[in-house]
Amino acid sequence: MATIIIPTPLRKFTNNTARLNVQADTIAKTVDELTLNFPDLKKHLLDDNGNIRSFVNIFVGNDDIRNLENGDTVVKADTVISIVPAIAGGNF
Amino acid sequence: MSTQVTFSSEELARYNRHIIIPEFGLAGQQKLKAAKVLVVGSGGLGSPVLLYLAAAGIGTIGIVDFDVVDDSNLQRQVLFGVNEIGKAKVEAAKERLQALNPHIELVMYNTQLTSQNALDIIKGYDVVADGTDNFPTRYLVNDACVLLGKPNVYASIFQFEGQVSVFNYKHANGEFGPNYRDLYPTPPPPGLVPSCAEGGVLGVLPGIIGSLQALEVIKVVTGVGEPLVGRFYIFDALSFESRTFNISRRDDNPLNGRNPTITRLIDYEQFCGVKAIEKPVKEITPKELYELQVKGEPFQLIDVREPYEYEIVNIGAELIPLATVAEQADKINKDQPVIVHCKMGGRSAKAIRELEEKYGFTNLYNLKGGIIAYIDEVKPELAKY
Repeated sequence: MATIIIPTPLRKFTNNTARLNVQADTIAKTVDELTLNFPDLKKHLLDDNGNIRSFVNIFVGNDDIRNLENGDTVVKADTVISIVPAIAGGNF
Repeated sequence: MSTQVTFSSEELARYNRHIIIPEFGLAGQQKLKAAKVLVVGSGGLGSPVLLYLAAAGIGTIGIVDFDVVDDSNLQRQVLFGVNEIGKAKVEAAKERLQALNPHIELVMYNTQLTSQNALDIIKGYDVVADGTDNFPTRYLVNDACVLLGKPNVYASIFQFEGQVSVFNYKHANGEFGPNYRDLYPTPPPPGLVPSCAEGGVLGVLPGIIGSLQALEVIKVVTGVGEPLVGRFYIFDALSFESRTFNISRRDDNPLNGRNPTITRLIDYEQFCGVKAIEKPVKEITPKELYELQVKGEPFQLIDVREPYEYEIVNIGAELIPLATVAEQADKINKDQPVIVHCKMGGRSAKAIRELEEKYGFTNLYNLKGGIIAYIDEVKPELAKY
């Protein structure tokens, strides 16, 4: 099963779980399963049209899915998927 | 240019450990001395960045910050000490950094970076290090750097996570590397991501991430090593895992993609939705609340902060954290005034808007300035955080 790494700001929506395993063969299906299991994650990952939000990046291995096949990017059993939202802190 | 840069015997002694590194040498040190670096924000990230850049001998360092030193800064902003509380950060920073290295020049901008002044301030510098704390300024710094062709050494932190990249780096062939808008085309709408005051940060994290930021500034200035261009580094302090992702330019980047639509600085508050017209909520001042309490008038007081904040200090309100307001709406009275408060007034305004929209409340009042203003104005003996 592929592994998804959940970033700190979103862990409150995944029962504080940092790593999740998902049985899916594409990124789109992975996100579907993820938001089905954790409905509160949905508005943080997807816009009203069901597209990945533009301030959230999803990387498969080291690569941005926008440079791969977006939602159709293939996910294998040993794939590590990272969700990386924009954060702005620094001066505070 | 760098061959004209000379050093006094004190400087040569000071920078000896740089100069003896074969890949760095006197030439590297000359490049540092000739360089002008602008650090935007002198807080959590700016502290280590400034300390290391000053110590390393960057010839001219500009600092933009409009804030004053507060005691809640000292958990992570190692540039400042107890004696500087209440002082302008740029003033306190200048004293500390000049004492650390008298051979460098420091230029202070005791102001907020805005669309009006950003280009004027940034244009005189070779490299910008962005250590600000909000999305509007992040996009402002990015856009100004792209419009001016300056490299932007970016770092950002939140709670236990840090991010670093070098944006808009000009390669030897004249092409520029990706910038912030290639990575994140638009910011999250306000409210979706907790603000700094709500989210918090582990004090040592900006020390780690800011040091990496200083490293990248030095690499960009000297040309030593491979700067973090087209790559995006993230660090998770909890798991002690770091990952480096590949990032690239996007054709639809509005600044320097195929069809640029942004040719000058815009209104970044509006772009980030900060100015989005939000329905105003009714307010009550801390003094007015105190009068109601003294007179014994009937009202309900609700605190929408988190339980751990309530434990630190509370003013006897019923605790209904913001995230649970909707499901606990039945606990909120409709037949008497209800005063809602949080730490500073932001979350309570959100709670009021949600309750008014979903449940038709008309009797809700936001405590202006939150519990902090109440403590300042009415109960200074209570603990502040």
